Formats: sequence, C-alpha cells, structure tokens
Amino acid sequence: MPKKRDKKIDKKHQLSRRSFLKGVGSGAVTAAVIPSSIAAIKAKETISFQETGVEKEVVNLIINGRTYNVEVEAREILADTLRKRLNLTGTKIICGQGACGACTVLVDGIPIYSCITLTMDVNNRDITTIEGLASDGKLHPVQEAFIEKDGMQCGFCTSGQIMSAVALLKNNPNPALEEVKLGMSGNLCRCGAYPKIFESVLAAAEKGRR
Amino acid sequence: MKNFTYINAKSIKDAVESLGKNWNESVVKSGGTDLLGELKGMIISPEKVINLKTIPNLDYIESTQDGGLKIGAVTTITKISESSLIKTKFPVISQAASKVASPQLRNMGTLGGNLCQRPRCWYYRENSILCLKKGGSQCYAFTGENKFHCIFGGGPCFIVHPSDMAASLISCDAEIKIYGRKGERELELNNFYLLPRENVNRENVLNPDEIVVEIIIPPPKNNTKSIYIKQSIRETWDFALCSVAVSMSMSGLKCDDVRIVLGGAAPKPWRSINAENELRGKMITETVAESAAKAAVNNAQTMRDNKYKINLFQNIIKSAILEVIKS
Repeated sequence: MPKKRDKKIDKKHQLSRRSFLKGVGSGAVTAAVIPSSIAAIKAKETISFQETGVEKEVVNLIINGRTYNVEVEAREILADTLRKRLNLTGTKIICGQGACGACTVLVDGIPIYSCITLTMDVNNRDITTIEGLASDGKLHPVQEAFIEKDGMQCGFCTSGQIMSAVALLKNNPNPALEEVKLGMSGNLCRCGAYPKIFESVLAAAEKGRR
Repeated sequence: MKNFTYINAKSIKDAVESLGKNWNESVVKSGGTDLLGELKGMIISPEKVINLKTIPNLDYIESTQDGGLKIGAVTTITKISESSLIKTKFPVISQAASKVASPQLRNMGTLGGNLCQRPRCWYYRENSILCLKKGGSQCYAFTGENKFHCIFGGGPCFIVHPSDMAASLISCDAEIKIYGRKGERELELNNFYLLPRENVNRENVLNPDEIVVEIIIPPPKNNTKSIYIKQSIRETWDFALCSVAVSMSMSGLKCDDVRIVLGGAAPKPWRSINAENELRGKMITETVAESAAKAAVNNAQTMRDNKYKINLFQNIIKSAILEVIKS
C-alpha cells in the first residue's frame, strides 16, 4: 500500500458524498465573504472529481445468480474478489497474468480471464463461476463428461477448462474436434491431458444432443 | 500492483480531459489484457487509470460510403475475427484477428489496445531491470538473450512490435484517428509507429493526453487478395516469431500493386518496400515469389540468437505470396 500517496489523494480528491455535501454547504456560507464566482468554480471542481474518479468503491456483483455487494480498491482483481472475499475458490489462479486460463469465468456468458480483470469492471455484470454450473444438486453435463471421460490429471486447470467448454458448447453445440481444440486453446494443462479434455468436451456435446 | 484512481470515462472528451500531461500520471485502459500485466508486474504504476470501455459508441464495425470500413477503438478482437464483412472484404485483417493470443484474450482485448500494446521484450517486462526503454542506460537485449528481437530498425533498443493487427491493417493502407486535448488528428497507421531511434521510450506518436478512437480502412483496390501468415512457437496464445501480411491487387496473375508488412521483424510493423518492388508489375511465379522473399531480408541485421528469422521470414513470405494468388 502506498500510504503516503493514498493519504494525499484522499484529502484532495476522495471526498465522500457526505463530505461533498458538507463542502457545498460551507461554500454557500462563505459565498457571502468571497466573490461568488470563485465559490462556484471550487464547487464545480469538487463535483468533477467526485463523479469521475474512485480509489475504492462498493461494487454490485451478480455471481451465479446471487447478488453480492463488496467494497473493493480500484486495483482489485476479480479472481481475488471471488476467492478471498467471497470464498468461491473453485476459480483457480496459476499464472496470474492471463497466460494459462485456470481463472476463466464467464461474464455475460463470455469466457474471460478473471486474473487480469478489474473487479470494478464487472460491476452489475452477470458472472458465472464453476460453482454456478450445477443446479439442484445435479452436475452440469460438461462436468459429468469430464468425470466420465477422465478429462484431467492433477485437476488444477479443470475448472477453467470446464468454463471454456461450457461457453464453447453454448455457441457451437455440435463442434468438430478441430473446433474443440480451437475453442479450448485459451486453457493450458501442464499435465498434458489434452486428448482426454477434448474427448470430454465432445462427450458433453453428445450428451447435449441426446 | 499499486492502487490508482479509476475513472470510467463517459465520453472521448471526458477521457482526454482526465489524462495527465506525462506518462507516469495516467494511462488509458480498454480491454486491459496488456495493461494489467504491466500494472501487476509494476512495470508502470500510474496515479490514474482511465477506462475507455465505458465510452458509448466506440465499439463498432461500419462500412463507409466509399466501400471502406471504420472500426471503433474498443471493438473486441473477437468481434473483428468473426465479422463476415471483414472476412469477405479484408481476409488479412480477419485472419490476423483470429490469430491474436487466445479466445479469452480476444474476448477481452480491443483493436485500439492491440495497436498500442507495449513490447514483449523480457528485459522490458522484468521489473527489476531498468532497460533503455524504461529510462536506463542500455539495451540488455543487444548483448544478452535476443532470440525474439528485431532484425530491422534496431538500435538503440531492439524490441519487435508485437501487434498482429497492426501489420494486417497497414497492408490495407489503414488510417488511425487520434483524439487529444488539441483536437483530432488522423494519420496513416504506418506513420503512427516510431523506431527507437526516433523515441526510445515509446513505440508510437501518441502523446500522454491522446487516445486512439478509430481505425479507417480505405476500400480495397480492384481484385485485391490478401493473407496473413503467423509463425510462433506455440499454435495458440503466442506472439509472432515472424509474421507477414500481404495485400495484392491483381490483373490475372499479374501483380498491379502490393503491400508486404512484416511482424516480429522490427520495433514497428515493418513494410518491406524491397519485397514489394520485386512483385509490382510482374507475373507471380514461384521464382518471383522467391526473389521477393529474398529481397525482403536482404538488408537484415541479425544478432547472436535471432539468425533463424532470416530463413523463417523468407519461407513465410514466399508461401504468403504463392497462397494469396490462389485465394
């Protein structure tokens, strides 16, 4: 934490709604003493900072259909919010730089890397994590297929693989092997279980057809 | 990563007004795929990050009246790779987009961000090393590990420009629209990029208070065919070791005009005028393609670990020329 800088900016720009209203109030009082044009300019400056920039904010996250309100710093990463604050630890972090795919989650149905996504950017967006796939105690067909076809070895990349597979099959319920490989190309498996992963995705597609 | 003030820009003007006068003060963020790497690795620690994704109407692919295209800066790479309009009119752009990084990164990453991404040089990306680009006194790649570094335009820094989109767009004579405090300016994308000898710290002409807002692609000349070939270590996710974008207008098998742009070759997307001159006005045969490929690497300057790029470039340029006439 760069405490020094935070303090400075807090004082200067990070006014809460309450202290801003207070400020406007005192501005109105001092307007009698100083020329009103200056007071007006000051108030305007305060407003523009208040409206545009935040270092910390309460975000509204809709995760697996449930709403969470969490206060996060601007730098907070979605994968950390999920794991550390909301205890949704099914989403894994391996590389932390968008180069492995373990942290894949769906935002409005589209797979993204949560380790390089700012939590503030998914405010009010619909997020699906691995925890949100099963319903009524029954696993998602893709999860079932990964178990049946043994689409994993150590399993650490699996939740990311499954999230990608779910998105892939939603767009293309009947993919050819080449399309599966392409669709899954944003998820690494260091164990090298790829043949079984692809088999699992094809099996899940098959389940969907039945 | 250090914390920062996050600003969701509501308009282009709003974004520009929030920008500081120097690079330490503020940066813009679109998809964030490149920026988050820089922030997390503490390569940069700006005070303000300005989010361009919240600007309405900056995400579009539109035909222009003259038969060209306009693409908004925050349009995702996925959207570009899937656009049937781009696929039919400018295959080279569509192919380049589909070869960018991975599906997830294409879903997040945007065209403006792709064009303005910072270099992948491992000395630049290592936070404990103060290289020339970051204000240090020397380029460590020159005497160090330079397997992925440039063979053209090097010195005093030896990066390669990592953008696939840039090479493909320059082959279509694309233009870039920039908005800043002083207003709007438009320039050829080819002139947007700088060599290290022009500015060692930056890769393009953007000022700290300017943002990219649009890419304009003029209508293709008669009977234009195009192709993008990318060679990387892995088939997915990777940056190009060598790539080539070819756009050629033809009469039968005769080349009327051509642009050949190389990626992974130089600190900016590298237009190979030598190769273009070998093709213009000629019937395309295997011999002509070979001589163009040879001309392309004629004046290359290799370092200890990147000599392989000479052969690799010759091969992909030759294949691209022979493939494009068949397309």
